[in-house]
Amino acid sequence: MNEHVIETEGLTYVYPDGTRGITGVSFKMVPGEAVALVGANGAGKSTLLQHFSGCLLPTGGTVRVGGLPVIKENLPAVRRAAGMIFQNPDDQLFMPTVFEDVAFGLRNLGAPEDEIEPRVMKALEKVGAAHLRGRQPYRLSQGEKRAAAIAAVVALEPDVLVMDEPTSNLDPLARRRLIRLLGTFGHAKLIATHDLDFALEVCGRTIVMHGGTIAADGPSAEVFRDAALLERCGLEPPPSFGPRR
Amino acid sequence: MHMADALISPAVGGTMWVVSGGLVAYSARKVREEADDRKVPLMGVLGAFIFAAQMLNFTIPATGSSGHLGGGMILAILLGPYAGFLVMASVLTVQALFFADGGLLALGCNIFNLGFFTCFLAYPLVYRRIAGDGLDRRRIMAASVLAALVGLQLGAFGVVLETVASGISALPFGTFVLLMQPIHLAIGVVEGLITAGVVSFLLEARPEILSAASARRPIGVSIRGALVALAAAAAVAGGALSWFASTRPDGLEWSMFRTSGKEELESGGGLHGKLAALQEKTAFLPGYGFRKAAGPEAGDAPSEAAWPAVDAGTSVAGLAGGLFTLLLAGAAGLLLSRRRSAARNPAGE
Amino acid sequence: MQTIAARTFDIGYMDALAGGDTALHRLDARAKVVVTLLFIVFVVSFGRYEISRLTPFFLYPVFLVSAGELPAGYLLRKALAAAPFAFFVGAFNPFLDRAVLFHLGPLAVSGGMASFLSILLRFFLTVTAALCLVALTGVNGACAALESLGVPRVFAAQLLFLNRYLTVLAGEAGRMARARALRAFGAPPPGPSLFARLAGQLLLRSYARAERVYSAMLCRGFDGSLPLPGRSAFGRRDAAFVAAWAGLFVLFRSVDVPRALGILLTGLFK
Repeated sequence: MNEHVIETEGLTYVYPDGTRGITGVSFKMVPGEAVALVGANGAGKSTLLQHFSGCLLPTGGTVRVGGLPVIKENLPAVRRAAGMIFQNPDDQLFMPTVFEDVAFGLRNLGAPEDEIEPRVMKALEKVGAAHLRGRQPYRLSQGEKRAAAIAAVVALEPDVLVMDEPTSNLDPLARRRLIRLLGTFGHAKLIATHDLDFALEVCGRTIVMHGGTIAADGPSAEVFRDAALLERCGLEPPPSFGPRR
Repeated sequence: MHMADALISPAVGGTMWVVSGGLVAYSARKVREEADDRKVPLMGVLGAFIFAAQMLNFTIPATGSSGHLGGGMILAILLGPYAGFLVMASVLTVQALFFADGGLLALGCNIFNLGFFTCFLAYPLVYRRIAGDGLDRRRIMAASVLAALVGLQLGAFGVVLETVASGISALPFGTFVLLMQPIHLAIGVVEGLITAGVVSFLLEARPEILSAASARRPIGVSIRGALVALAAAAAVAGGALSWFASTRPDGLEWSMFRTSGKEELESGGGLHGKLAALQEKTAFLPGYGFRKAAGPEAGDAPSEAAWPAVDAGTSVAGLAGGLFTLLLAGAAGLLLSRRRSAARNPAGE
Repeated sequence: MQTIAARTFDIGYMDALAGGDTALHRLDARAKVVVTLLFIVFVVSFGRYEISRLTPFFLYPVFLVSAGELPAGYLLRKALAAAPFAFFVGAFNPFLDRAVLFHLGPLAVSGGMASFLSILLRFFLTVTAALCLVALTGVNGACAALESLGVPRVFAAQLLFLNRYLTVLAGEAGRMARARALRAFGAPPPGPSLFARLAGQLLLRSYARAERVYSAMLCRGFDGSLPLPGRSAFGRRDAAFVAAWAGLFVLFRSVDVPRALGILLTGLFK
């Protein structure tokens, strides 16, 4: 396997209507690395994330996931390597029960029927949601939905977890549980978030996006200490970090 | 305009189940042939959209009463006839299950009345003809209004036909039609305006959705063959079911004969069923004042029909027995519940 | 029309009931769907003036409610909420159809009164049976049953998706309605043109959601065919359930049980 789970080189995306999404984005991630992706609304975080699942294909530059270039022919393998966790779990949990939802990806991968149950349960146990197996997604709390969505992705054993705003809509306790849970995962993680305290706690490295390009890329503590940079990019230092006012 | 189980005969309900079932199967095959993966979640979410939009009320101008969206034409415009029909059928199915809207036996009728006419007749023959392939706003608006109106008129006509065919009522076909169609003209205009409003909103916000939809060539020649096959299936099913109903000694007429002791009951008592069906329509639009129309009709009721009193002893025995049966059923239920809770309590729950 | 909140609550509550664990819940959904359909066909097959012979059929919903540990009060209220319709359907009958059908002591019972009562009974029976079916199997169970009874897969998948996003979109519609109501200060519901814009807004959100769901499906290997939940086996208990009720329905239809009971009773008192 390639030594990088994610690798982009001059990645550029222009929307069909001519809007520039991202321009010349280049970065690499090694296995097990946790990277936060921060930036104001419209900075290009979501556009960037969609390239790792092949939901968008670059209009310029290259993306590699798990060593494979993201092109049409590779999409099944790419989608196996990068586990996307959507911002709104309701978009992601579309099957009638939690169990069926976790099984969805496994069945699509052609896992034999007798392996599905143990693999689903293993994934659910990993996120502490085994008791939710028969529940219907819309009856879950936000924290439970988040856990179920993560289980559905973890069950496919991806190389890298790609998460969009995982702490949105979570109460403090559920947020804390999520932080602990992510700490138990050995996967590489790329997490787009507005929750800079969360980024600081979970990710050793932070990439700041601004206007569709990378404005900064470095150890989280250093990035968040650069108040001028944050202000330029429409961000505020995390509360636990910033100057007391 | 949901048909209800209480209003239809098993023969009509069964026939319409066969017909609508055939249409669902045919549409499902067509959708599969289109092989548009995107449609799988889109159809489901749009079905939920129609469901949710139907929960919102609006005020019908000049009446003060409130109405709600039907939505069949919107679905046909966005998804094409086959997928649109499937989605409409699914909405009606879930409504029948969750809210007892319509009913399970009447589901076939309802799918046909609200889905078939709109998606397979009004959409290809009215909407597409007027709207054309372009995105001309005025044409689309006019097409939406007219097509929704035509679809509802046909649907109302379907209700009349099914009610008449059920043989529950004897209200003259012509009178029933004359009462039903104007009411649904009013409903149809409102539905058409809303359809046009939604479509034009979409035309402004996301024109590409409509241009993709109008680029489809939805109805080929095959629809004609399918319709012929459908008519044949309906004829066979209807024929078989009514033969079954008429030859079985416990058919509808026979049981009525037995209850009343007179076969002529059929002609005398038929009116109310028809009016009842009519009432169903007016009940949805209490502000329209059509309910009054039932009054004069009532005067015309051929009440001179002799109703020979059945042997009172038998009736009393029947009613007493009925009450007793109810009591027995209730007691059985109570007993069962008590035994269950008794069986559970020792377990310490 | 109920409020959105009430309807959304109903959906959730019915599904919660379906999560119960009684012998009836554990029965194969197909058995329950088939028996419910049979039940409805038998009930509506009676003549329009039939009253007493409908009464044995109460045994079925009563059995489902008690053996399935369903909340009788709630289901009754729900059936009654649907009843105004049946009431309107039948309420004119006593005025239209005044010919005397039979005398009950001093009381002359007209054809209209009898048929009104009959319509109400039918309505009540068919509605409660359908409600019990959903409360015992859930929409998902009923859909899976329909699929294995031959309903096309595309349609079964459609029902599942519809059921999944029903509450999500009903919630959005409810929030939109509330947001409007909070600033409407007692104004009546919107007219058609404003309604069309609200619905259009909701439609746009639905489209966006469908697109997100689609990409979530793609991310987990969706290739056009939806793997539906595995189905359970149709066992001996299920067959026995169907056979027993089908036999009872045929009995109730072919033999006038209440009349026999009544003759027995009135004979005893004579």
